[in-house]
Amino acid sequence: MRKKKKLVVYSFLLPSLCGVLFFYLIPFADVVRRSFLTAVTGEFRGLDNYRTIFKNEAFLLAMKNTVRFALCCLPLLIGIGLLVAALLAGHEALWNFKSACLLPMAVPSATVVLVWKIIFDKRGLLNGLLNDLAAAAGLGRVFETDYMESKAAFWVLVASYIWKNLGYTVTLWFVGLLSVSKEQKEAARVDGASRVQLFWRVVFPQLLPNLYTITVLSFLNSFKVFREAYLVAGSYPHESIYLLQHLFNNWFVDLSLDKMAAAAVVTGGGMMAAILLLQHLWEDKG
Amino acid sequence: MKAKRNCGLKKVRGLLAAAVLLVFSLIICLPVVLLCSGSLTGEYEMYERLCPMMKENGSYVSWRWIPEFPDFSRFGRLLFATPQFFILFWNSVKITGLILVGQLLTAVPAAWAFARYRFGGKKLLFTVYIVLMLLPFQVTMLSQYLVLDRTGVLNTHWAVILPAVFSTFPVFLIYRSFAGIPESLVDAARIDGAGEWHCFFYIGLPLGKGGILSAMVLDFLECWNLIEQPLAFLKDRAKWPLSLYLPQIGLEQAGFAMTASVITLLPALCVFAFGRDYLEQGISASGMKS
Repeated sequence: MRKKKKLVVYSFLLPSLCGVLFFYLIPFADVVRRSFLTAVTGEFRGLDNYRTIFKNEAFLLAMKNTVRFALCCLPLLIGIGLLVAALLAGHEALWNFKSACLLPMAVPSATVVLVWKIIFDKRGLLNGLLNDLAAAAGLGRVFETDYMESKAAFWVLVASYIWKNLGYTVTLWFVGLLSVSKEQKEAARVDGASRVQLFWRVVFPQLLPNLYTITVLSFLNSFKVFREAYLVAGSYPHESIYLLQHLFNNWFVDLSLDKMAAAAVVTGGGMMAAILLLQHLWEDKG
Repeated sequence: MKAKRNCGLKKVRGLLAAAVLLVFSLIICLPVVLLCSGSLTGEYEMYERLCPMMKENGSYVSWRWIPEFPDFSRFGRLLFATPQFFILFWNSVKITGLILVGQLLTAVPAAWAFARYRFGGKKLLFTVYIVLMLLPFQVTMLSQYLVLDRTGVLNTHWAVILPAVFSTFPVFLIYRSFAGIPESLVDAARIDGAGEWHCFFYIGLPLGKGGILSAMVLDFLECWNLIEQPLAFLKDRAKWPLSLYLPQIGLEQAGFAMTASVITLLPALCVFAFGRDYLEQGISASGMKS
């Protein structure tokens, strides 16, 4: 009987497990092995590949930009998301606005590439609008930024990330906010807590477990801004938005498999460490 | 008296919140509205409006939300008289459809196994699944390439489909809804003599339907928007999905590009409109502790 049950369990699991092993786990082990070998001859090189990438300027730039991007866009997204979710949760009549926030999730990146170009071009809609306002204020033409070809590209990317992911974050915050116990809020209000105090002292501590998941999921989604960055600005965008994703793509085109292997191990290891750290914090609080 | 003032205050607050959210929503929807109005603008009018981007003539792009010379014929021409577009559209449909079917066949039983049975190494294996779900494509890109190269499917649609079928994200999502089915219910069925597969089909599938649909909606939106995978694994442009082809259309053909974009957008919008509740459920489930 037990043996038969075991067989059933594996028959449920096996198709998925085989695929995961074949397409992800075994080849990743191979990548780890390759990260210590030369690309062409396959000779053992020790840590040379790692040394090469850490001396590689493109890798360092991409690493810096990717980290900088995450550090800028995560607090912004999470903060704005919480604000919108709090506005929504307070007024049941407004819950339909959540759908508007979710809409960008359904919009394929490729379909809005042209729209981004039209808005953020040097002669585009944004500059046109800003200069109209400036002219009305008697300033003349002051906005001449070419957004995609300057440091502003970074902020365009941050904006497009927030546009795309706000609905996801709002939904997650919203679930958290609704699960906060009503009795505790009521009790605090009777004790004379102000709205601000109520939020920071009573509601927010209960949302901490949500904060961890939202951070992890938003961080993962931040890797997908490559789509917008690549489609709008190509393989070699302005250096402020040259991300790890661009670098992987370019190394792939050049078939620099040894560098890619080492970079995949470093990036994967780094992310796993970050996630485990967050999970650790999450389990402590949750 | 105080109660009345409080009530008034609450109303004002509600109106303020509504105003803020309305502005937010308008900004969020703006790109889509712009796209839709552009898709109906005649090619010549579009050229005139976008002229400042192509020639330095000192003026700025101007936009009319309702085009002066609307042109509906492009939709018909694209759908029925442009075979290239048709091929790309079917590439997208084929890739997305096969990925979803494959995921249904593998992820749903796997999620059932994780949610309902105890077996050796389960915890470790589930952690591996979660870690895989969390890794971005770039980290697994080289490993996927190595397998696809060795199995000789590079530059065919299978190179994009196969790895995506075994993505572990749907397993995780569906697991959440299976885990919520009370054990006593399944046990009762077992006592009545139902086999394990019977339990899966007659209890698991109907009760876990919400989670399965959530995963499908989220995955559809993801697959319809594939960029990285086809870019890396499909050399032949005739095999590209729409999501990769659209940005190749030049500014001179902006009207054409926008119409093509709207046609690409429509299936995703339909799924969004009909599956909105499942989408929200799916997002909430992805945020739950495992």
